[in-house]
Amino acid sequence: MIPTPAQVWLIPCLPLLAAGLGAVTPRRGRRLAAAAAILGMLGALVLSGFALCGALAAPSVHAFSNFDWFALGDGAVRLGWLLDPLSALLCAMVSLVGVLIFVFSLGYMDEDPNFTRFFCFLSLFASAMLCVVLANSLLLLFIGWEVMGLASYLLIGFWFHKPAAAAAAKKAFIVTRIGDLGLLLGMVWLYSATGSLLFYDGGRGVLEAGVLGGLAAPGLAGGLAASTGIGLLVFCGAAGKSGQFPLHVWLPDAMEGPTPVSALIHAATMVAAGVFLIARMFPLFSADLALPSVPVHALTVVAGIGAITALLGAAIAVAQQDLKRVLAFSTISQLGYMMLALGVGSWVAAIFHLLTHAFFKALLFLSAGSVIHATHHEQDIRRLGGLRGPMRTTFATFAVGMMALAGVPFLFSGFWSKEAILRAASGWTVSSLPLYAGLAGVVLTAFYMTRLLCGVFGGEARSPAAAHAHESPATITVPLVVLSIGSIGLGFLGTPAWPWLQSQLTGERIPSRPLLEGGGLTVLSIVLVATGLGAGWALYARRGRATAGDKDPLEAAAPGIFAFLGARMKIDEAYAATVGRLCSLSAAFADFLDRRVWGGLVAALGKLGEGAGSLNSGADEAGINAAFDAVTRGLRRTGRAYSKAQTGEAQGYLRALAVAFVVLALLALFGGLR
Amino acid sequence: MSPLHLCLAFSSLLFAVGLTGALSRGSSILVLLGLELMLNAANLNFIAFWRFGPAGSPATGVVFVLFSIAVAAAEAAVGLALIISLYRNQRNIRLPEATRLKG
Amino acid sequence: MNAILLLIALATLGTAIVAMSGRNLLHSVLLLAVSWSGVAAFYLWAGAQFVAFAQVLVYLGAISMVVLFAVLLTRRAREDFGAPHNLTTRSRFAVAAGAAVAAVLLWAVSRSPLAGSKGPAPTVTVRDLGRQLLGQHAAALLVIGVLLTLALIGAVVLAAVDSPDFPEDAP
Repeated sequence: MIPTPAQVWLIPCLPLLAAGLGAVTPRRGRRLAAAAAILGMLGALVLSGFALCGALAAPSVHAFSNFDWFALGDGAVRLGWLLDPLSALLCAMVSLVGVLIFVFSLGYMDEDPNFTRFFCFLSLFASAMLCVVLANSLLLLFIGWEVMGLASYLLIGFWFHKPAAAAAAKKAFIVTRIGDLGLLLGMVWLYSATGSLLFYDGGRGVLEAGVLGGLAAPGLAGGLAASTGIGLLVFCGAAGKSGQFPLHVWLPDAMEGPTPVSALIHAATMVAAGVFLIARMFPLFSADLALPSVPVHALTVVAGIGAITALLGAAIAVAQQDLKRVLAFSTISQLGYMMLALGVGSWVAAIFHLLTHAFFKALLFLSAGSVIHATHHEQDIRRLGGLRGPMRTTFATFAVGMMALAGVPFLFSGFWSKEAILRAASGWTVSSLPLYAGLAGVVLTAFYMTRLLCGVFGGEARSPAAAHAHESPATITVPLVVLSIGSIGLGFLGTPAWPWLQSQLTGERIPSRPLLEGGGLTVLSIVLVATGLGAGWALYARRGRATAGDKDPLEAAAPGIFAFLGARMKIDEAYAATVGRLCSLSAAFADFLDRRVWGGLVAALGKLGEGAGSLNSGADEAGINAAFDAVTRGLRRTGRAYSKAQTGEAQGYLRALAVAFVVLALLALFGGLR
Repeated sequence: MSPLHLCLAFSSLLFAVGLTGALSRGSSILVLLGLELMLNAANLNFIAFWRFGPAGSPATGVVFVLFSIAVAAAEAAVGLALIISLYRNQRNIRLPEATRLKG
Repeated sequence: MNAILLLIALATLGTAIVAMSGRNLLHSVLLLAVSWSGVAAFYLWAGAQFVAFAQVLVYLGAISMVVLFAVLLTRRAREDFGAPHNLTTRSRFAVAAGAAVAAVLLWAVSRSPLAGSKGPAPTVTVRDLGRQLLGQHAAALLVIGVLLTLALIGAVVLAAVDSPDFPEDAP
């Protein structure tokens, strides 16, 4: 039953078929569309499970199956499927989380009239994500990448009649497109440098030692290697998709979509695709590390951006008032951590954190969805509160997710994965700044998650919606429970004492080390987590704001900074003032050119034509016509003159004849006329 | 002054008389008669040459004149019919008044 | 020989002049008939008997009759009989033209070296004439026949009328 690499295409195919079926199902066919979607994902899950077994049996092997897509010139464009521990693990994660979210959507979207369309788009997205994960060719990956972008657009703008949702969908698409441009350029460069886009191809693949050697030679201006340039361009695409600074602006707006969408796409899977891409292409990224002459390594840039993003996301999340927006910025921050891990050289830590983050972030979003569903779309935390009583299960699962995210030690998966990242950052020889940024982020993360938990579930209900909330149905709560089990259990796969995950991913036997291997660093991070939790508890749990109108304690303490952070550091405004303005100006300029200059030119040409026409007609009238008229008048005059000879008198004619005869005869006689 | 000369002079004078008459008279019948005189003069010429001229085909002159007379007859008939028609249109047969074709 | 010729010429010319210049239309026609008979006499003198015969038959017989009919049919009142004979410009010019033509022709005649044959008159029997007409000139004969037919039909068509303008002329 274990699928070979050649059969692995079935995994993305099943959700795709479900999407196709959903597309042709009418609105009333809710059960059919939902059943198709869930069955498709279940099928993918089952197959992924078997594939995982197969991949884990031989963890150091990158099993691939390549095929020709179409012929191009002498060669052909080749695509391929790849089955190794990385792709198998991610496949399994995507399918599992996907199934749980699909089941959640049954309850959440129950009252929505466009139920069928929702499941169709969800299945389309799942198919595209699985395609990205299983691709052995950068081109095939890109195809899946773009379809994911399309599905994201369709799902963010699912309630398209809301102008905010439509605008958010557009923004997401455009911003990720900017990143994708870099990715496309990187692909083109890679293809022109190596002639192939396949990752593994029996020695000829771009991630294999033979080709990498050629790419890693410093040949460009400034001592850069081709692999550095390609890496930076690919990172552009990953940064766009994974919401890194400065292309993170679309993620908070994407919360306009339904909560299952936020959970699946913007927490667990799609935004993780950027991280996955860099992890997949890590050999390319790290190829230039051995070269001393390269001024900037690609991975350094990755680490820097990741550190900035981690800190930025956490800081802004502290001042947000919308439930989902806090979680969105938290996602941005955690993605920054993953990029940071990649940058400092430990792609294994990044993938570990990706897997754990998928579970606990999806859990958090789904719990938030449960709250939103129960309070009829009340999302402002100032108007929530007191929900721990009526919504016990949701409260418990949210708490589990919150503790996993904050990094509460030992029991929760987030602690172990974050530890791995911090350990890797501390071992980075280039700079310690990412480490400090990561540590600062730990405090802030713990703080804002405590603030959120207390704001939503603690104290008393601050609005009628919160007061009338009750627990959600089983279709919503069961996935929450399953995800919380994952949030706890997954951590144990990667502890230093049992580095199972790391061994599987790298294919090497990593020896078991003591649990608190990090020593001082681990202790420091535990202390920081405790600090954050304590500060949040102190500010938000004890005070227990009574009404919705009360100010946030932080806002009272530092209103300026709070407002600045609340306005997302005004980055959107900065974009509007610079890039937006530039675009408007260019458009205005182009309009001016079009209307005045080219339009004027065309009008002038038209006038020229008109002038020529009137000139022509004038010449015709005055010149040719007049000439003709004059000629005809002359002819008429001549004719009239000649016709005077026609007197009508027969005898006159005869007279003329006689005279002519005489003249002729005289000529004949005397003039020699013969 | 051979007989031929005399004949030719005779026919020329007759022709001139006919021409004068055709040109000067007002009545169209007289114009027609003038035309007939001219034709006769021409016939005279032919017979003169047949009689006194160099010997050629013996009957050519005679045949020609016969045909000429026949044509003159036809022409006279048509002409007189025309005159009757003219009379109907303008109530008299004065030729100078028949200028409807004046250009 | 020449005397007879001169006599015939004088008679013909005289009657012709008088006919052309006469006032009375009827008298002009009758005098012209005499002139035509003078021409016939000339033909006889020249030895073309058949032609003389044809001249008399056609001119004196047919054409004179037709002209007389026309004269009688186209008179309105007694004053139409007389064609006024006034020396208008037209008359003067006509005389001048006639004189000029006569002069030119006579000059031409007198200056031409005509070798008139003094031999006997050529004779043409009626039989020969018939043979010529139906042999060498058969086509012309046929054409003449058609021409005469057409001319007569045309003359009838022209002269006949069925318009209500002239009820007294309707056949």
